[in-house]
Amino acid sequence: MPDLLLELFSEEIPARMQRRAAEDLKKLVTDALVERGFLYEGARAFATPRRLALHVAGLPVKGQDVREERKGPRVGSPEAAIQGFLKGAGLASIEQAKIESDPKKGEFYVAVIEKPGRSTPDVLAEILPTIIKSFPWPKSMRWGAASRESGSLRWVRPLHSIVCTFGPETEDPEVVRFDVDGIGSGDVTKGHRFLAPDEVRVKRFDDYAPTLERAKVVIDTDRRKDMILHDAKDLAFAQGLELVEDEGLLEEVAGLVEWPVVLMGSFDEAFLDIPPEVIRTTIRANQKCFVLRDSATGKLANKFLLTSNLIASDGGKTIVGGNERVVRARLSDANFFWKTDQQVKLEDRLEKLKSIVFHEKLGTQYERVERIAALSKELAPIVGADPELAERAARLAKADLVTEMVGEFPELQGLMGRYYATLQGEHASVAAAIEEHYKPLGPSDRVPTDPVSVAVALADKIDTLVGFWAIDEKPTGSKDPYALRRAALGVIRLALENNLKLPLISLLAKPFARDAKDVLFEEFMQAKKLVEAIDDSAIAGLVNHPTLPDLESIFRQRQLGNSESLARIMYVRALDLLSFFADRLKVYLRDQGARHDLIDAVFSLEGQDDLLMIVRRVEALGRFLDTEDGKNLLAGYRRAANILRIEEKKDGRAYNEAPDLQIVNDQGQIEEKALAVVLDGAKREAAAAVEAEDFEGAMRALSRLRQPVDAFFDKVTVNAEDPALRANRLRLLNSIREATRTVADFSRIEG
Amino acid sequence: MTSEPAHMNPARSFQGLILTLQRYWAEQGCVILQPYDMEVGAGTFHPATTLRALGPKSWRAAYVQPSRRPKDGRYGENPNRLQHYYQFQVILKPNPPNLQELYLGSLKAIGIDTALHDIRFVEDDWESPTLGAWGLGWECWCDGMEVSQFTYFQQVAGFECSPVAGELTYGLERLAMYLQGVESIYDLNFNGLEGVEKVTYGDVFLQAEQEYSRHNFEHADTEMLFRHFRDAEAACRKYLEAGEPKPGTNDNRHLMALPAYDQCIKASHMFNLLDARGVISVTERQSYILRVRELAKACGAAWLKTEGGGVAA
Repeated sequence: MPDLLLELFSEEIPARMQRRAAEDLKKLVTDALVERGFLYEGARAFATPRRLALHVAGLPVKGQDVREERKGPRVGSPEAAIQGFLKGAGLASIEQAKIESDPKKGEFYVAVIEKPGRSTPDVLAEILPTIIKSFPWPKSMRWGAASRESGSLRWVRPLHSIVCTFGPETEDPEVVRFDVDGIGSGDVTKGHRFLAPDEVRVKRFDDYAPTLERAKVVIDTDRRKDMILHDAKDLAFAQGLELVEDEGLLEEVAGLVEWPVVLMGSFDEAFLDIPPEVIRTTIRANQKCFVLRDSATGKLANKFLLTSNLIASDGGKTIVGGNERVVRARLSDANFFWKTDQQVKLEDRLEKLKSIVFHEKLGTQYERVERIAALSKELAPIVGADPELAERAARLAKADLVTEMVGEFPELQGLMGRYYATLQGEHASVAAAIEEHYKPLGPSDRVPTDPVSVAVALADKIDTLVGFWAIDEKPTGSKDPYALRRAALGVIRLALENNLKLPLISLLAKPFARDAKDVLFEEFMQAKKLVEAIDDSAIAGLVNHPTLPDLESIFRQRQLGNSESLARIMYVRALDLLSFFADRLKVYLRDQGARHDLIDAVFSLEGQDDLLMIVRRVEALGRFLDTEDGKNLLAGYRRAANILRIEEKKDGRAYNEAPDLQIVNDQGQIEEKALAVVLDGAKREAAAAVEAEDFEGAMRALSRLRQPVDAFFDKVTVNAEDPALRANRLRLLNSIREATRTVADFSRIEG
Repeated sequence: MTSEPAHMNPARSFQGLILTLQRYWAEQGCVILQPYDMEVGAGTFHPATTLRALGPKSWRAAYVQPSRRPKDGRYGENPNRLQHYYQFQVILKPNPPNLQELYLGSLKAIGIDTALHDIRFVEDDWESPTLGAWGLGWECWCDGMEVSQFTYFQQVAGFECSPVAGELTYGLERLAMYLQGVESIYDLNFNGLEGVEKVTYGDVFLQAEQEYSRHNFEHADTEMLFRHFRDAEAACRKYLEAGEPKPGTNDNRHLMALPAYDQCIKASHMFNLLDARGVISVTERQSYILRVRELAKACGAAWLKTEGGGVAA
């Protein structure tokens, strides 16, 4: 079966866009083919700095023939109807139609329309220009004389030529002719810009790849990467060195060359006094070179590997010399930064943070440091850190932002602070915290464990979250420009992986109160009480978690005084942030494989603001529900809840009161007496266990309910004749519901 | 080439480098202009680039432009940084299809042999917030060193370029340092001669770097600069308004786009000086850039109503 070869030859495509572009090209072309009924055996796309190429193997020569019969008017119909039929069916005269008959309609015309399948090159010539014209480059441009006209072709950089051939292996393939904005397709391309600049003619993919290879172009990015890696390792090994592997750099470098030639350069050993991360970052960012380490000591070597795009006539001597020059200049700069940065103590840099705006509405980095330092100190006892050290670390944590080095290489923030802190004799935990307070930077990043680091890392994230919540800039949909989801996940992971109890609502309260400049902590806590008071009456109609707009509108409706309303709004925002944490925790737990309904069952209880306790409770609940007692209690709970729901609806009232034990004792059956006794004890026991954070114990206490609940439903008729007895039995059922609520909201449990 | 005296060799003489580039681009049909007679931050500010990039008319020009970046001054102590340096600027509108080859030809002309040197086009998109301009292109690398910027202008002064111009900017000092193999700008041989006749870059510019660094960082009269900024901004608007086509006449051309644009250039330089003096806060900074951009846009709009901008005479 025939193959398609397509090559789009252009000026240098940015390295970071090449792989994606090749994949897009493959998908767009094959999708368009399949959509038109052309199936294929396989497809592969390639990219180099100057070309995208696509090979689609095993295409049919032409599309399927289509035969269609179209019924027409009756024989003898008016001329207008006949003409309309002929036109619609594409017939020249009525003689071309055949005549059929059926008992109902009599004789009528039928047109047989036979559409032969279109030839594949024709279809390709139709779909390819459209794909090229609307190619999804992240950024594209216009160029040349054609750009005088509006709507001229856009490409990532000027597109120069197109190769497009189609045909079977055995014969010479044909050129699929089409034209895109004046660029006609053909079978001619060019080799390497310097090593083989002449035009070359290609037939099909089988000879395209080797032809280009002879013209010093390796079309496959992964092969170029392999070549670079292989040569780099060989060169390193020969010197007793080891390549410091860097996948991101390798991918980028492979996108900068059509014919990789790896060369080794060196720099003055004196530069090795600079921290290795700095050397690596400098050489990587500016020169796109790999660094090497001594195989024996693991220390960075004064050598680097560059990947050139040229087999130079002097064996690469000039190229190495030029690169060494630039590396030398760069390392001199880095060394200068490293030395001058050390002359100013970190604490003396804080003043400069006043000129760095963190966010228009959230003040400068200096103000932020003040807040984080205060919060770190407060958090310290909770996480087991020395408050003085935590405060010190927080105060110095952002100072490296105004060092020369971080100014030049922002990705070294934190790390440089650690180096400078160590050099100026800070406590090891303080130095470590300066680096680690940014962590974890995502779900797979390491979580710090040193308590000082934990305190500052938490403070940094909580300050960010509280700040953006206070000014009402929350993530929406896919937009999260300040990485607030990551910050919340960071808090969650810091708490859970370090087994920390963090009462979030009170932790969040102070920073919130501080953030709104005129709000005092006391007012804030006062607001908390007010909001809780509102909860019962005004929010009764709203479900468990009143939303921010809900509450803000209630405040407005009630025209609460201005002096207090800011505090209230801040409190409400704190609640909203808490529910954001709840959502992030759910995502986290779901990723860990926890049942989402159990998470909901725990979250819908009031006052759940301790991440660690929530997780423990979810785990204990899961284990309990796996036991026979748990399953049966859940069944009993559901029966009670169902009856209550029906009867409460019928009566138009709730049975929330405690059961009257007098009635139970005087008129009750033995089973309900037993249930009342056990309920009372189990509930108290469960509550006490929860209080002691012994969730297993709480579940055990509840499991004692199983037998009396079963017996009650077995023997006792809830809807007794006597209305007082009936009401009391409903209250007893409510007590079952209440008892289970000490550990979770059983109504949220599924299955 | 062969008949040229040794001291004109672009690998030995800074001025030889400039003259070689001028000759090369003159051969490609560029008009060789002289530097614009105002302080600018980059060759792009020259009206021969900024304004000529707008409108339908073809245009090819090349020139050296002294560029002033007050903040980059280092009192003559840094071997790589200057507050005043030279850019060699080429603009070809519309860009010819072989612009990359022409560029490589210019490297060859100054002695960079592509059989020996690793030349690369590395993604670098260009944007000038003050000019409301952007384009796509590359940094051109020679053996790992950036020697030029190569940009296809897409938008200037907020207007789509139609047709697109190709712009090449050579950092002359850096290029010369590589060609001459010196480690400090000040050691560059300026005139290519040796012995007592030799003039270095330091001989010509070191004192100026020291004096202007003092001026830029310590003494520039900020009150005056703020005033001049406001004055230039007002004058720009005034000239733009005065040059607007008069209603009721046949002539629909703008009559003073160029003088107005001079004031835009002036405002931009005042801003750069104020910035170097550290008297513009981070938040204010954005608004100053925006004010200059508004002037640039208005000047671009006016230019498009002139003959140079494509309006029939």
